[in-house]
Amino acid sequence: MARQGWPASLFRAAGTLRESVFPPRPCPTAPGLQYRFSKKARRSQVADLLEVTEAGLYCAAGDFYIDPWRRVPRAIITHAHADHARSGCDRYLCAAPGKLILRTRIGGGSPIDALRYGESLLINGVRVSLASAGHVLGSAQVRVEHKGIVWVVSGDYKTAPDPTCHPFEQLEADVFVTESTFGLPIYRWPHPDGIAAEINQWWRANQAAGRTSVLLAYALGKAQRLAAMVDPSIGPIVAHGAVMKLVRAYRDSGVRLPSIDGVPPGARKVGNGRALVIAPPSVAAGRWLRLFGEVSVGVASGWMTLRGVRRRRGCDQGFIVSDHADFPALLQVIEATRAKRVLVTHGATAALARLLCERGLDAAVLPTHFTGEGPPDASPEVEEAEENAATSDAKSAAGPSDAAP
Amino acid sequence: MKRFTDLYWQLDATSSTTEKVAALEAYFSQAPAEDAASALHLLCGGKQSRAVSLAHLRQWAAEAAGIPLWLLEECYAQVGDLAETLALLLPDRLSPSSETEPADTSSSPQAIGLAECVRTTVERLRQAKDEHAKREIVVGVWQKLETRERIVWHKLLTGGCRIGVSRTLVARALAEVAGVEPAVMAHRLIGASIATAADYEALLHPDALATPSQRPYPFFLAAPLETEPAALGPVADWLAEWKWDGMRAQLVCRGDGVAIWTRGEELVSEAFPELLAAASHLPAGTVLDGEILAIRDRQLLGFTTLSRRIGRRQVGKKLRAEVPCAFVAYDLLEAEGSDLRGLPLEARRARLELLLETHGAGPFDPTQAAPTAAGDHVLWLSPALPATSWEELVGWRQGARKLGVEGLLLKRKEGSYGTGRTRGEWWKWKVEPLEIDAVLIYAQAGHGRRAGLHSDYTFGLWHDGQLVTVAKAYSGLTDAEIVEVDRIVRATTLEKHGPVRIVQPTLVMQLAFEGVNRSTRHKAGIAVRFPRILRWRRDKPPAEAGTLADLQALIDQPS
Repeated sequence: MARQGWPASLFRAAGTLRESVFPPRPCPTAPGLQYRFSKKARRSQVADLLEVTEAGLYCAAGDFYIDPWRRVPRAIITHAHADHARSGCDRYLCAAPGKLILRTRIGGGSPIDALRYGESLLINGVRVSLASAGHVLGSAQVRVEHKGIVWVVSGDYKTAPDPTCHPFEQLEADVFVTESTFGLPIYRWPHPDGIAAEINQWWRANQAAGRTSVLLAYALGKAQRLAAMVDPSIGPIVAHGAVMKLVRAYRDSGVRLPSIDGVPPGARKVGNGRALVIAPPSVAAGRWLRLFGEVSVGVASGWMTLRGVRRRRGCDQGFIVSDHADFPALLQVIEATRAKRVLVTHGATAALARLLCERGLDAAVLPTHFTGEGPPDASPEVEEAEENAATSDAKSAAGPSDAAP
Repeated sequence: MKRFTDLYWQLDATSSTTEKVAALEAYFSQAPAEDAASALHLLCGGKQSRAVSLAHLRQWAAEAAGIPLWLLEECYAQVGDLAETLALLLPDRLSPSSETEPADTSSSPQAIGLAECVRTTVERLRQAKDEHAKREIVVGVWQKLETRERIVWHKLLTGGCRIGVSRTLVARALAEVAGVEPAVMAHRLIGASIATAADYEALLHPDALATPSQRPYPFFLAAPLETEPAALGPVADWLAEWKWDGMRAQLVCRGDGVAIWTRGEELVSEAFPELLAAASHLPAGTVLDGEILAIRDRQLLGFTTLSRRIGRRQVGKKLRAEVPCAFVAYDLLEAEGSDLRGLPLEARRARLELLLETHGAGPFDPTQAAPTAAGDHVLWLSPALPATSWEELVGWRQGARKLGVEGLLLKRKEGSYGTGRTRGEWWKWKVEPLEIDAVLIYAQAGHGRRAGLHSDYTFGLWHDGQLVTVAKAYSGLTDAEIVEVDRIVRATTLEKHGPVRIVQPTLVMQLAFEGVNRSTRHKAGIAVRFPRILRWRRDKPPAEAGTLADLQALIDQPS
């Protein structure tokens, strides 16, 4: 077991105060401000601590954005996946364990400030703190408190165990902004231990047949989690350049991972049919897989629940491993926040909001701009967007290793 | 049930024919004969019927899962497969309902065999008196099955268990198990009714099929001609015929009886009493291959008219008078009880002509201009088109649409009657499809591999400044294009009605179709045949797409 001995983080409402990081600024007026709250929400909009603007979720009182989709002066980032962390903002704030990863993703230039889990910060009278979301290393829920009202923005989260990141921390809130990627009752995850055993078994069977096992997963988070899940005694673990870059960032952030090799330039027949190769999904379409001779391709994703998606991906094996909460976990977390008002974003928004309303909560859809295509839908788009990000990553990062003649 | 479920998923998971055959072989060599018989029925696309209404099944599953019905529908829209949706929603462990005997729950999941599931459960369900009793049975089976088995069972329950494997592969696997030639097994499977363990065992018996039967031969199929016909060599090597726009069939006369089989290996004898009567004059031991057509006063009535006769068990006098049917024969597969399929086409053709002549059946000529009430025959010969050059045939083909035929068939004169779609011997050379540029107005999520992607489209044409629905098309775009269209559909949705989205008219596609007919059942007053997408006209703004008048101008078969 490669489980890292993270200290359980405790939420301390009155942590250290550091005002200097985010000095107060006059409130800007975003061009073409658009509100798309439900009627109920619109009524209470005046009192809203956070609001959706053209550039993203904005806190006027504190003058900062959370996971903005445009370049803004100050951005609090829940985690470094491409649909949450855009480059080009003037200043970033994220959880301390994720700082290195965020730097890897957005590149140099803009300063990144880090806050430990549980530590809090006063920004223009607004108290901001971060709590672990359990999604990937350094993922955070953003707790925003102002005049006695507490908002929590979940970012992406999961409650299932993951040896490569801090466990999810349950907060309480007046208003909870929750993700809903898998917000339909068809999504119920099997225990990760069982899946790990399945992957090991598949890997061994491929070895016996002289085939390389190629496991496709997002370069950030899922790839490292999988490396830590499998049994490294079976054979060598090899990773694509885009994954390696983040493996290094994970290691430098203090996460223990098994031995993982990159693919050297000009390599041939890597691993000799014995290796487990972890790569972003984009490689499935390219020439890169030819480096490994005969392969069996597996995909690790929550979408693998659906037979249609499994077939569309054209993979040999689908493993249900997700870094998002499944439906029961979403409901459980939402209930435990004791929030009276819930805003649903990213995924099966309409369905989950309606269900919550039927259960007596004041729930509504919080619209997000999703890669400029309008409202996201209950579809695999969400993860695809992340994958697309991984693709561009892969192109830049895998240049040398891809250049085999 | 577990063994069949494994087979189901194995066949689902691979596209390799070798692996499919291996999975089938493994299944048939292990499964009890009773289960194997049921599996064979399903694999060969045998008839299934719905044992319980989908509305009830939805309701019970939603209650078992503790969710409202609308949420189940949301899930269905995302999954694209009802059987799978229900299975994913059901809790792993169902609490036994009050009235189920405890003995039921103690049995292990493997306890139900496929045959028991198909026959006993489904039969019991059909006989169950009321909704409550049906529900008890369904919940009882749910308790015994795992999620993946439940999916398959739901498909059995709803009569929609289709498996992606061809009969040829099933025959290959069974041939291995039985130790006979694949071709022999393929013939045994044709038209066979395998319902019981005894039927299955007889099928595998090394010298089965000694008794004469009314089984047809496997149909030989023509492949579409994609090159210039001149590439086929000298025109003199080829026999050219009309490609009739009817229903392919074999007339099997053996012993005392006559049987009519369709290409889908369905027995449709009762649906065509006039053909049965005409064929009863043919000598025993005769099998004709040809096309069923609707013909009155020596004029083709077209496929739309013929379709009124298709799929009926019984035909009334009125319908028979309105849609008289005839059989146009083009091949003789068996004569005097011996199999002629190995002979060259020319030899078979000569015997066919002789046989029909002695029975007073002449060639059916669609070029005959005026209707003649001079007397309709039921049996006709499909004439060979005279041609000394490919150019002449090009001319025949150009006139085909006007005559109500689909184009030409080219058959190599020296070729034998093959099986399946062996390329190179028979070619279909259809007329060029009609085309029109239409605007995508509704989109619906697809099923199966396209589940969750909006891949089923409805198209409209302009009429009085509005877009009028004219066709649905599901095929023609590449996977990558479907993903792209899906994005656009989501971004331009105006309204959602369940799984259907009304979108802003932004996408123009070039549609191809085989014909246009007037129709009282369609809003536009027009129905197109076999519409499909030729290409995405990214260059064309919706305003410049076709009009309803353009389409009306293409109507060439007033009926």
